[in-house]
Amino acid sequence: MVDSALIVRTESGLYCPQGDFYIDAWRLVERNIVSHAHADHARRGSKRYLVPHEGVAVLRKRLGAEIQVDSMAYGASMSINGVDVSFHPAGHLLGSAQVRVEYRGEVWVFTGDYKTADDSTCAPFELVRCNTFITECTFGLPLYRWRDAAEIAAEINIWWRKNIEHGRTSIILAYALGKAQRILSMLDPTLGPILLHGAVHGLTELYRSAGVKLPPAIYADPDAAKRHRGRAIVIAPPGSEGSPWIRKFHPESVAVASGWMQVRGQRRRQAVDRGFVLSDHVDWPNLLATIDATGASHVIATHGYTGPLVRYLRERGLSAEEFPTRFTGEVEDESSGEAMPSESANEHGGQAGES
Amino acid sequence: MIRFAELYAELDATTRTSEKVEALRSYFKSAPPHDAAWAVASKVIRQWASDVTGYAPWLIDECNLVAGDFSETLSLLLPPPTRACPPALHEVIEGDLQALQGQSASRQKKILLGLWDRLESRERYILHKLIGGEFRVGVSRLLVIRALAEVAGVEGAVMTHRVTGNWQPSAAWFGQIMSQQGGDIAADSLLPFPFMLANALDRPLVELGESSAWLLEWKWDGIRAQLIRRGGRASLWSRGEEMIAGTFPDLMQESQLLPEGTVVDGEILAWDERFGYPLPFSVLQKRLNRKNVELTFWPDVPLVFALFDLLEIKGEDVRTHSLSARREMLKQLPLTQSAMLRVSEEIVIGHWDEIEALIAQSCAKRVEGLMLKRLDSAYVPGRPTGAWWKLKVQPFTIDAILTAAQPGRGRRAGLLTDYTFSIPDEAGKLVTICKAYSGLTDEELTEVDRYIRRQSTERFGPVYSVPPERVYEIGFEAIAASDRHKSGIALRFPRIVRRRTDKTPAQSDTVASLRKLVDAYEGRS
Repeated sequence: MVDSALIVRTESGLYCPQGDFYIDAWRLVERNIVSHAHADHARRGSKRYLVPHEGVAVLRKRLGAEIQVDSMAYGASMSINGVDVSFHPAGHLLGSAQVRVEYRGEVWVFTGDYKTADDSTCAPFELVRCNTFITECTFGLPLYRWRDAAEIAAEINIWWRKNIEHGRTSIILAYALGKAQRILSMLDPTLGPILLHGAVHGLTELYRSAGVKLPPAIYADPDAAKRHRGRAIVIAPPGSEGSPWIRKFHPESVAVASGWMQVRGQRRRQAVDRGFVLSDHVDWPNLLATIDATGASHVIATHGYTGPLVRYLRERGLSAEEFPTRFTGEVEDESSGEAMPSESANEHGGQAGES
Repeated sequence: MIRFAELYAELDATTRTSEKVEALRSYFKSAPPHDAAWAVASKVIRQWASDVTGYAPWLIDECNLVAGDFSETLSLLLPPPTRACPPALHEVIEGDLQALQGQSASRQKKILLGLWDRLESRERYILHKLIGGEFRVGVSRLLVIRALAEVAGVEGAVMTHRVTGNWQPSAAWFGQIMSQQGGDIAADSLLPFPFMLANALDRPLVELGESSAWLLEWKWDGIRAQLIRRGGRASLWSRGEEMIAGTFPDLMQESQLLPEGTVVDGEILAWDERFGYPLPFSVLQKRLNRKNVELTFWPDVPLVFALFDLLEIKGEDVRTHSLSARREMLKQLPLTQSAMLRVSEEIVIGHWDEIEALIAQSCAKRVEGLMLKRLDSAYVPGRPTGAWWKLKVQPFTIDAILTAAQPGRGRRAGLLTDYTFSIPDEAGKLVTICKAYSGLTDEELTEVDRYIRRQSTERFGPVYSVPPERVYEIGFEAIAASDRHKSGIALRFPRIVRRRTDKTPAQSDTVASLRKLVDAYEGRS
């Protein structure tokens, strides 16, 4: 550890005192570097935002066209008050980044949310060596070990095909930004029509404009629902569960795709027909492997099971601490149902959950 | 074992009854008879814990708090198997699991590690459930029977009868129940009929039509049982389909008064002849804890078997006759010499309005409430809607303060849903009065979980304590003085009725007010 930290926790969010900028600020600030566009990381109200090129369109879509956004390429570097700042792919969703800051030879990395698993809809996670590693740990318990995404994709397609055989619409609930597009990329379009809920459809168009290759999909308006129900698969945000909109697809089978589905009790609590274990966060083995590979001498755990992770790292002789992630109040659900309903069993209120 | 774990996963993956039956049907068709038998009677053996994962115990505990199920926690934490020779279900149950019993710890460990190394996560989960004696699956007995009946090509009722009672799962047994004739399973044996059960009344009484179409009886808190007399022998079966003849030798002696080929259904009660009402269930419980009771045991507490139905007479199954016809035949039985066998009391009312007065007598009569049975109803297995209703007395309620919570299990894994409630003692200090788990909806549970995590001031292991702010109404069945409870009071079956947003903690019940309740309750006895 250095004498003076490069990133500290403040009332307004993570802050770099040397560079006088914030990362993932949740209050009004001058300059806000945003790791990714999910609601618990990208908040309205900052004067100027800085994101990777790939993240600009998504951020504007979420926060409004009028925000002032600067951007730079992954790997490029910008000096802010003498602190070198660069973005590196986090593999979480389109335009998601780890934020690397360097000052007088000292390097800190904040991961934002990340995963090391395969995902064709965004740039793959890049390992960045550093002195201090601030890592998320949404799934930072050994319970969480992901299977290959390809296996999950096969399961989803088999489920869809079975539903077609029974004349049921397949409805898969997933976050509108990121998870929805990842699932779309896993679907086999030869099975039947793919329909997208409005919230998913708009964001998916942004992915296509950014050059992400995705199977063709139709906007799920009432007419499309009438024509394709019984055969189609529909990707919809979690908030649409049990809504009148979903009934247009009757008879239907409803599934949830989330890392939380790993645990049977949480699967049952969702009371849907199927739970697919598919997460855009790093699992336990890769969390540990990533921490090791960064070469960091100090680890700061944030967002998730911070207590157990820190204790585990310390027992292995590593210097580690927690950044508690208690946000002020609840994270608002920005119409896409992104805030996880207190399923996270998170020590800090489970307010942000997996997004 | 793989095929069985697959079945479990299929059942777990659906909430649709038709799909469950389909999955069961395909299992019974495809599974070898050795294994199929175990799907019906997953006998359970014993608890096991292990540190083979290499994770410190505290980390396994943390995981367990999240998963809320030790079987699942272990199955998720264990490394993948290295050997590709998964055992068959009956090999695991009849071989390895039986072998676990009575072995030294090191031998047991060897057996279990061997199994772990041959089973995938999903199969291990089942294994742990079997070892832990808590194997349960979201399939009712009726569904299993329906699937078995469909595969065997026999009527559901026939299959129900074949699997009722005390059998040992084996390939031979499974072959027998799945055959067209069913072997000799039920015909001349001493097996009971599947019990007919009541639903809780869920509609206004006026919707039941004329009160004269109904038979009213007191709802006893005893042991529901069928007494069977066939072929010169007799047996006694509880509703849980356990043979309890050994526990009630005195009653079995009395059964000789029944004519050959008779099956009666009723409630076994410990009876206080002086006052003409039953003694508390706990008195009977003492007997139930013994498998075999000498005839001389406990002569001062006489038993009564209150008969309320007749299912077989002179060897003829009369379950399809109307209840009124069955009751007539029941009353014809030569029971005048019997001290124990008594036909249950019939209550006649002219109008539903009179029910309230009857309910009010429930406490004095030491009954749980009333049974309403349609006089024209046949005796049908299970809980047919509309034939029998139970009307329970409103239980006691008190207002208590939420003071702590810890994570639940199963569906409530990771959610703080096991609540501790307290009330002030004479000095105004809060003491625990009960723990309650049930009564809130999923939305309410989530809300309380959020509240507790936000407000929690202290944490002791898995227990979060909260400031005494919220008042809840707690319902319970009985109250008694107790030395084992800090408050000096024990509540039976406490559950949450609702949150009292209209009350502050200062308005909750107190130890003093509950003592009065205890006195009043016990004073009546």
